[in-house]
Amino acid sequence: MKHFWSFLFLLVPIGGVATFLVAPYFNIWLPQDVSEHGKTIDNLFMFILYLTGAVFIVTQLVLFYFSWKYNRDVNKEAVKFSHGSHALEIVWTILPAITLLFIAIIQMEAWASAKIRPPDIKPTVEVTGRQFNWDFRYPGPDNELYTEDDLVRTDGKLYLPYDETVLLTINSADVLHSFFLPNLRIKQDVVPGMEQSMWFKSKEKGEFDIVCAELCGWGHYKMKGRVYFLDRAAYDDKLEEMRLEKNTMRVVLPEEDE
Amino acid sequence: MTADAHSDAHAEHAHAGGFLKTYVFSLDHKIIGLQFLFSTLIWFLIGGLLALGIRWQLAYPWAPMPILGDMVASAEGGQIAPENYTMLVTMHATVMIFFVIIPILAGAFGNFLIPLMIGADDMAVPTLNMLSYWFMWPAFFMIGGSFFVEGGAAQGGWTSYPPLSVLVEAAPGSLNGQTLWLIGVTFVGISSMMGSINYMTTIIQMRAPGMTMFRLPMTIWAMFITALLQAFALPVLTAAGIMQVADRLFGTGFFISDGATANNMAMASGGGQPLLWQHLFWFYSHPAVYIMILPAMGMVSDILSCFARKPLFGYKPMVYSISGIAGLGFIVWGHHMFVSGMNPMLGMTFMVSTMMIALPSAIKTFNWLGTLWGGKIEYTTPMLFAISFVSMFIIGGLSGIFMAATPVDIFIHDTYFIVAHFHYVLFSGTAMAVFGAIYFWYPKMFGRMMNDSWGKVHFTVTFILLNCVFYPMHVLGMQGFPRRLADPYHYDTFRNLLPLNQFMSVCAFLLVGFQIIFVINFFGSMFFGPRAGRNPWNANGLEWQAPSPPGHGNFDFQPIIYRGPYEYGSPEVEEDFYPQTQPPPEKAAETTV
Repeated sequence: MKHFWSFLFLLVPIGGVATFLVAPYFNIWLPQDVSEHGKTIDNLFMFILYLTGAVFIVTQLVLFYFSWKYNRDVNKEAVKFSHGSHALEIVWTILPAITLLFIAIIQMEAWASAKIRPPDIKPTVEVTGRQFNWDFRYPGPDNELYTEDDLVRTDGKLYLPYDETVLLTINSADVLHSFFLPNLRIKQDVVPGMEQSMWFKSKEKGEFDIVCAELCGWGHYKMKGRVYFLDRAAYDDKLEEMRLEKNTMRVVLPEEDE
Repeated sequence: MTADAHSDAHAEHAHAGGFLKTYVFSLDHKIIGLQFLFSTLIWFLIGGLLALGIRWQLAYPWAPMPILGDMVASAEGGQIAPENYTMLVTMHATVMIFFVIIPILAGAFGNFLIPLMIGADDMAVPTLNMLSYWFMWPAFFMIGGSFFVEGGAAQGGWTSYPPLSVLVEAAPGSLNGQTLWLIGVTFVGISSMMGSINYMTTIIQMRAPGMTMFRLPMTIWAMFITALLQAFALPVLTAAGIMQVADRLFGTGFFISDGATANNMAMASGGGQPLLWQHLFWFYSHPAVYIMILPAMGMVSDILSCFARKPLFGYKPMVYSISGIAGLGFIVWGHHMFVSGMNPMLGMTFMVSTMMIALPSAIKTFNWLGTLWGGKIEYTTPMLFAISFVSMFIIGGLSGIFMAATPVDIFIHDTYFIVAHFHYVLFSGTAMAVFGAIYFWYPKMFGRMMNDSWGKVHFTVTFILLNCVFYPMHVLGMQGFPRRLADPYHYDTFRNLLPLNQFMSVCAFLLVGFQIIFVINFFGSMFFGPRAGRNPWNANGLEWQAPSPPGHGNFDFQPIIYRGPYEYGSPEVEEDFYPQTQPPPEKAAETTV
């Protein structure tokens, strides 16, 4: 049938939109976000999704319509012998340019607060990525990081207080890794020889994945950690418990994961 | 069609050198173009098979592969070992980028088409042209052979970030494979640089009388701008590759910081910066992605106009857009490095330039739609691939806007959202355009037609399956599904994504399998396809005035050019096409809109 091809192209906007409509019903979507700044990121994502979605639908429908109407088996009129249109070029240059600049400007604040302006607080924990584990350095009884009584844990479990802004110093012991907390919309590559900071606040208690997000060797896939957000009292208790363990000279191995 | 006396004279001259000089070390741009075409199509199959290894692991993690498992991974009981998974992702990308997309666009189509489309008898420096093909072979041997050295092929990703790629101790398999990779890529770079100088010189210096720059087809403009990109960007990658080899073999520390260790062994060198590699690498590799799409865009413009039977909409804006993409392409590289540790202030600047580069691509898309508007579209196989390029490029281009937005990129960087984006522009975009270009220019190359009905079957099956494989990657990435991870399912966050990955993998296996239709059509038509005349598509381009295939020297007359290549449906003539070499009628009035 002569319109087969245009209908094949029509499948693109239909399938394209359908995928995004159906995915959430299979729990395939942005993962749960418990962070304070994550809302801004998710809102920006959804704004871009709606905007690009609208452009996608319109342009694909135009493509379908032209492929259907101007099919030579159907279109008996003479060809529109046109080399272009100055007016159209101006319109479809200016409008997208303004839109793109708009998107660029509205997101600058979110980037600055996430990456450029650290809070003025003491570092809470030092995170070190190494092949293939996340090591954490907690303050010792003096509650100051980078003093002699600090304790280092290598079991891949990061304990943090919730509902408080935390500041992490992050580093690598060997190659590039990337500290990725999907449920807090946090990601930063850790670079050997380059100490960096990251900061965030979790609004909820709970335990979430730490994923390595930069290829670091054969064990990249199993460089898994867990972050535990506790209320302040439980967090202090946990620190106390870890300090006692350290003093009894017990070696803590990373959990074997199948 | 046989070449006439002029071509015969050239033939005598060339064939005098014997088999090696005529067919192996040929100086004829058409033979060299076909050499590139055959080599890249073979590597396309290899790269596709490497992808199927990735898809196997993501669908059936740690399951032994049937049949192949015993042959390829018998030591691991038939399953893909984790270091081999990282080798698969590295080599799939390396093969596709350096041995398929770049050489098929520039080496195969650039070589074959440029002299024919501009009215030249060959390239400016045929010997350099021949060398640019043969310089690929050391790369083929080194990178292909690297699979068989101790430790296997490179495993650091095609991006080859130090310290992983530099520290031999950092990966058990990172021995000579990585060094061979670096030297191989350097040979590819030299080949491309040779080609790009030849193309620019030829296009500027050897156009037929009347062929002004603004009467060139978009294919030529695209090849010209792409050659400029190659010439300016490649030296940086070449230098960076040599620096990384030096770090690996000669104890320098360009990319290793002080006090670096790996596997608990201290490194001797230091004083460098891992991020320096990223800047140097992406300074080339971002323009590289435009090298990998601009020629496809040019060819699509030519095919769309031909089969819509009307002029290309907005020829000069299209030329300026290609130039804009190339120019802006040099100042966006940092968008690959938003979370790398690069100064976040640079994140702001690169974000703005990256947002703006969407603009010329949008302009091109609107002009392609304008080319279809009011046409009389013939749905030949090349036309179907060209129209699908527009549809798929819309998806690939729009998805880029998400990652240009730095706060969003914090989340989607290194996830399958990125993988979706580049597969849409490179496979659903460029590779589809390449298929269309093969069907379109095949008669000129081989003097026969490919079978159009089977071409349509190939198109339909490929189009549907590729969307089934790559579109779901957008939603996988939305959930944070990471790249290059051999087993993401043991994280709570990604545990539910296995069924979707299995669906995608099945479709991927079918997608690669069904390409057999194209392979049979491609080789079968060479021997059994109906013979083609000079201009089977009634197209305007100058290449369609030469015999099919053209003899040495290309044209059996001196081409004189009277107009651009897009005067389809012109009121000046009765036919619906108006070749560039056809003199205007006695009483011609200017009737352009």
